[in-house]
Amino acid sequence: MLKYIIKRILMLIPVLIGVSIIVFLIMRVFSPDPAPIVLGQHATLQAVAAWRQANGLNDPIPLQYVHYLQGALTGNLGMSYYTKTPVVKEIFSRFPATIELACVSIVLASVFGILIGVISAVKKNTIFDNSGMFLALIGVSMPIFWLGILLIILFSGTLHWLPSNGRINPLLEPSHVTGFYLVDSLISGNLDSFVDAVRHLILPSCALAMYSMAIITRMTRSSMLDTLQQDFIRTARAKGVSEGKVIRKHALRNGLIPIITVIGLQLGSLLGGAVLTETVFSWPGIGAYTVTCILNSDFPVVQGVVLLVAAIFVFMNLIVDVIYAFLDPRIKYSKKEV
Amino acid sequence: METKHSSYSDEGLLQAAEYVEKPESQLKLMWETLRQNKAAVVGLIIIGLLVLIALAVWLSELMGKQILPYDPNFSDMSKGFIWPNAEHWFGTDQLGRDVFSRILDGTKISLSVGVAAVAISLSVGVVLGATAGYRGGKTDAAIMRLMDMMLAIPSILLAIAFMAALGKGLDKAIIAIGLVSIPEYARIVRGSILSVKENDYVHAAKIIGNKTSRIIYKHILPNVISVIVVRATLGISSAVLDTAALGFLGLGVQPPFAEWGDMLGRARGFIFSAPYTLIFPGIAITITVLAFNLLGDGLRDALDPKSRIK
Repeated sequence: MLKYIIKRILMLIPVLIGVSIIVFLIMRVFSPDPAPIVLGQHATLQAVAAWRQANGLNDPIPLQYVHYLQGALTGNLGMSYYTKTPVVKEIFSRFPATIELACVSIVLASVFGILIGVISAVKKNTIFDNSGMFLALIGVSMPIFWLGILLIILFSGTLHWLPSNGRINPLLEPSHVTGFYLVDSLISGNLDSFVDAVRHLILPSCALAMYSMAIITRMTRSSMLDTLQQDFIRTARAKGVSEGKVIRKHALRNGLIPIITVIGLQLGSLLGGAVLTETVFSWPGIGAYTVTCILNSDFPVVQGVVLLVAAIFVFMNLIVDVIYAFLDPRIKYSKKEV
Repeated sequence: METKHSSYSDEGLLQAAEYVEKPESQLKLMWETLRQNKAAVVGLIIIGLLVLIALAVWLSELMGKQILPYDPNFSDMSKGFIWPNAEHWFGTDQLGRDVFSRILDGTKISLSVGVAAVAISLSVGVVLGATAGYRGGKTDAAIMRLMDMMLAIPSILLAIAFMAALGKGLDKAIIAIGLVSIPEYARIVRGSILSVKENDYVHAAKIIGNKTSRIIYKHILPNVISVIVVRATLGISSAVLDTAALGFLGLGVQPPFAEWGDMLGRARGFIFSAPYTLIFPGIAITITVLAFNLLGDGLRDALDPKSRIK
């Protein structure tokens, strides 16, 4: 098992190098020259040339890539063209906001997705099932950003219940420990901050969770329907086990493997969805910032972010595979499979 | 031994003949099952209506006639922000343009981007997936690792990066959305090819001296076409969503053209003063995506032997 994990981790290296090459090619070969964008349209030719020289953009592309890779291996992803701060610092100052949003969303999506999926499967072809499936269908068909807009119109604009942008009221910002406001406000014992952070999180996390919830609902339903037809379920019922226990202990536990896979994959795609959600809710995370950086040709930041997101995505895949083995003792990674 | 060999090839040829007939019957069976699926039929009807609207708008433009209630691109600042009424069913936007006419006009953009983007990802994805699956070995490894790398980057980020590189505009959006979906098709086609390439009719086709490309396109692909059709249908819904997302971020179709995502993006500043300008384009996107999802799900069920028996 350990050997399998190590081998899988080693296999991630070429994938990540490949990702860095793809992004490098898109940004440095096909994208417009960043110098006029950074320096402004009225910059002199000398200033542009000096700026390109200072940022290593006059080197041949392969050499630029080698320099980049050398830096990346030592944790140096370069400097932002605009803020002149290290990319690593730029990313980590915004990343907690995105991770906090994505984590709350995945918890919401998983809890409600599994719940609705199980009810739909158990009450198959009833009004519960039809409503659940209709909700799931709407969830996969609705643009995330439009759902966000609708939530803002209803809960902020009309009912005035919840805030429509930002992470927290600046006056209530907790002292920075982890960067996760929910955690930081609890550490500092500031309940007002905690409540305010929760209130700010509700709308964006619901908007972001909707698509994943729909996918998890569908997967849970189909997995549960398959499992509920198995012989061991019939046996459990024949033995007189209560229906609730049959569903919780026998069916759900066995039907959980494909559900876990979907949840793992959704966490990766939530980071993509965050790009739009953060834009709608002016959430100060990495998603909205990346869009700005792509449009401003801030190469170093874009490369850093995409590499980080890709790393998280492939790690999530790995973790899902490892969880498989723990959940289902029948899955063993034999030498042959390794 | 000789008898055995001849019976083997006879059997192989018979099977080959049987499989040559299969694509048609498979699609026919799919259609029969699909017809009984109410949700899929609803999806199909909505798509039919959307196609009719798009065609009507397009043809009327070609002939220089106005069939929409108002010119979708004509702005009259004095008529800005009129709430929905009998004259302007969905109201007017910040520039006084009729939102209903713009939404109808946007149908042709969303559908054409969706179909064109899927055409790009489908054609490139099928070639890559078929080559990887059929050739195997190093070719397979090289193609599929490249696909894995593309899949590791969230598609919307990749599409935005392509747009930044290619520039804004309808054609660029089609290319960007088409490119990011290639890996999905390549994976599906490769998987399907792997599952059929060891069949006797493929061996038979090889034995009688067919070229590799002919074996792939004449003998193997027709047998996996239904899987591709399902994916392409669902792919159009993702493409419509991606187009809207790019438009919303200001990267897609540029003004004055009416694109639903772009309409949402530009109306964002008026979310509290004129919420209707943000509601109707969203409904249009959702209905279109929903229709393709309903049809795609119906096709997938029709393909599943288990649900056919049911």
